[in-house]
Amino acid sequence: MIGTAAEQATTARPPSQPAPTKEGAGLSVGGVLIQVVIVLAALMAVTPFLYMLTTAFKTYASVINNVIWPWFPLGREVPQLGNFWEAVTTVGWDPQWGVYLFFRYLANSLIVAGCIVAGSLITATLAAYALARMDLPGKQVLFVLVLITMMMPEDLTIVPKLVMMFNLRWYNTYLGLIVPSLVSVFSIFLLRQFFMQIPRDLFEAALIDGMGHLRFLASVVVPLSKPALLTVGLLNFIWAWDAFKWPLLVTRDSSMRVLGVGLQQFMQGQGTQVHLLMAFAAMVIVPVLILYFLAQKQFREGILNTGLKG
Amino acid sequence: MPGLRTSGVLGRDRVERARTDVSSQVGEVQADGSAAELAPRAPDDAGRPRQDIGPPRQIPGLRRLVSRKARERALGYTLLAPAIIIVGVFELFPLFYGFYISLCDWRLGCQSIIGAENYLRGLQDPAMWYALLVTATYSLITVPVQLGLGFLIAVMLFQRARGHELFRTMMFLPYITSTVASAAVWSYIYSPDNGLLNTILRGIGVPGLRWLGEPAGVFALMAQNVGVTLPGWAHGPSMALVSVSIYTTWVFIGYDITIFLAGLVNINAELYEAAKVDGARGWNLLRHITFPLMSPTIFFLLVVTVIGTFKAFNHIFVMTGGGPSDATQTASILIFQQLYAFNRYGYAAALAFILFTVILTLTLLQNHFAGRRVVYE
Repeated sequence: MIGTAAEQATTARPPSQPAPTKEGAGLSVGGVLIQVVIVLAALMAVTPFLYMLTTAFKTYASVINNVIWPWFPLGREVPQLGNFWEAVTTVGWDPQWGVYLFFRYLANSLIVAGCIVAGSLITATLAAYALARMDLPGKQVLFVLVLITMMMPEDLTIVPKLVMMFNLRWYNTYLGLIVPSLVSVFSIFLLRQFFMQIPRDLFEAALIDGMGHLRFLASVVVPLSKPALLTVGLLNFIWAWDAFKWPLLVTRDSSMRVLGVGLQQFMQGQGTQVHLLMAFAAMVIVPVLILYFLAQKQFREGILNTGLKG
Repeated sequence: MPGLRTSGVLGRDRVERARTDVSSQVGEVQADGSAAELAPRAPDDAGRPRQDIGPPRQIPGLRRLVSRKARERALGYTLLAPAIIIVGVFELFPLFYGFYISLCDWRLGCQSIIGAENYLRGLQDPAMWYALLVTATYSLITVPVQLGLGFLIAVMLFQRARGHELFRTMMFLPYITSTVASAAVWSYIYSPDNGLLNTILRGIGVPGLRWLGEPAGVFALMAQNVGVTLPGWAHGPSMALVSVSIYTTWVFIGYDITIFLAGLVNINAELYEAAKVDGARGWNLLRHITFPLMSPTIFFLLVVTVIGTFKAFNHIFVMTGGGPSDATQTASILIFQQLYAFNRYGYAAALAFILFTVILTLTLLQNHFAGRRVVYE
């Protein structure tokens, strides 16, 4: 099932590959119609982002009065850059670190996402190599087992995992936020696909040179797989940044919240100050958008290879 | 991936070079290469024949081979260990532990084993059945629209290359943004007082809607406008659920388009040429070439999307929290509330297993019915 998408993504395009465009279609009624639909769809995709960004620069009065564009040339307002700082200060204060809570959320998100990215890259690289290149009895069984965990809904394990966090005394700690997510089955799957494409001759040549598996992995496979590793790292970052349900469950103190949870709590508490809420949301979204524009190709290839969100 | 190809050549060069460097010693290296291969070595002794490898040559080939295999296996399982341990402890073990909890009267620990009581309670709980109904409705109104629109736009994008990349990028943006943030933005867009949608509606002289806050069915609302009262069964999905569904489509359509496009690219263009020679046009091409050849992709997305709608949680929780009057209380939300708000661990665990059974049944049914119609090239 997952194989289908993965195979499609990795199969080379057939040689005759310019899209089957109809000659002169640009002038026909159908061609114009198609172009219009596509432009409209693309606009609808980005409108919420524009709405978020514009609202984040409005005064509260403009928000209340439903002014879509209060600036030059339609209005006399100036962009409210101060909204962002006001959002930061409105969220609250973290006495534990002596910083604004927003920065604590940000730090928590970066710590958690950073550890998860590093951890899942390491565990996935090692496991994927063993699955792709080593002769291990029972590895098929293991692989199927791992795939099964991928199909299971999070709801199924969330209760026992929470109880385990209490028992381990990991509730409301970074360990609880990080450790259960240190393995991403998707990443193992994706890297395994990639490693299997590395020609076997290369390994046999390395073997003749006296390289072992570990040295081959470190000095040949990893450098060759930089694009795939980058993809895996980026995807894991996105997923970790997006995490909400688990961080909400496993933390109690506001000082342990990640950005997503903090934003949701802000919405519950001060959500009526929409301009501040949108400024907060923009500050959560923008880092990911920047990453996306920097590495679009990697993102898309990774999505094609793995499939699901989160 | 072009990156692989270029660096692949480089990598091979490097190994090739290393091979010629040690070509004079090849015999020796091969002789103990079997042992050397297993041990991690410091970078400086690369390619140098190793003298310190224990009792080498006189060992019969077979035994050496066996021990080499055993050591390779040991290394292999060591590499797998971190992943297996974490998956085992935090995914597989909880599966059994969760089942145990579901059999318990759980208050800060298993007070007593009560067997199937939690399950029976769940199956008799109207809230659970209602939640499953809401979930199924959400799935039914989301999946066809999302996949249908996605397919349509993908085919259009594929035909018209103009601005192709830019539009694809734009449509993909919602998928990668943080769910909580985009759900917060959409809550504002749907806001009855000063949200974008109602601002537009009022601008064109139509009274605003309550969107996420409207528990009434969409058909009932439409009928109301023309002064007709519909019977209860014809009210249709609640406005709130439809609003959530619109958000879901907005998020995932870029993903669907990307997957569909990958499938379309793989259809051999010559097939279209041949069919056109035979006089086929437009719809016929779609019907007889695109649909059958795309059926594996469509099937994949169908399964993934259905499972996705049955697991949906984050955006619903942020936008409505299950309200208004439980109109968006999906099974996933219900389970979470039982756990988070009421601390009913055993009950929540049992409900999760019931939900999982439903998802599993649906997936198997889809496999059975839709899977058979899938055409593989």
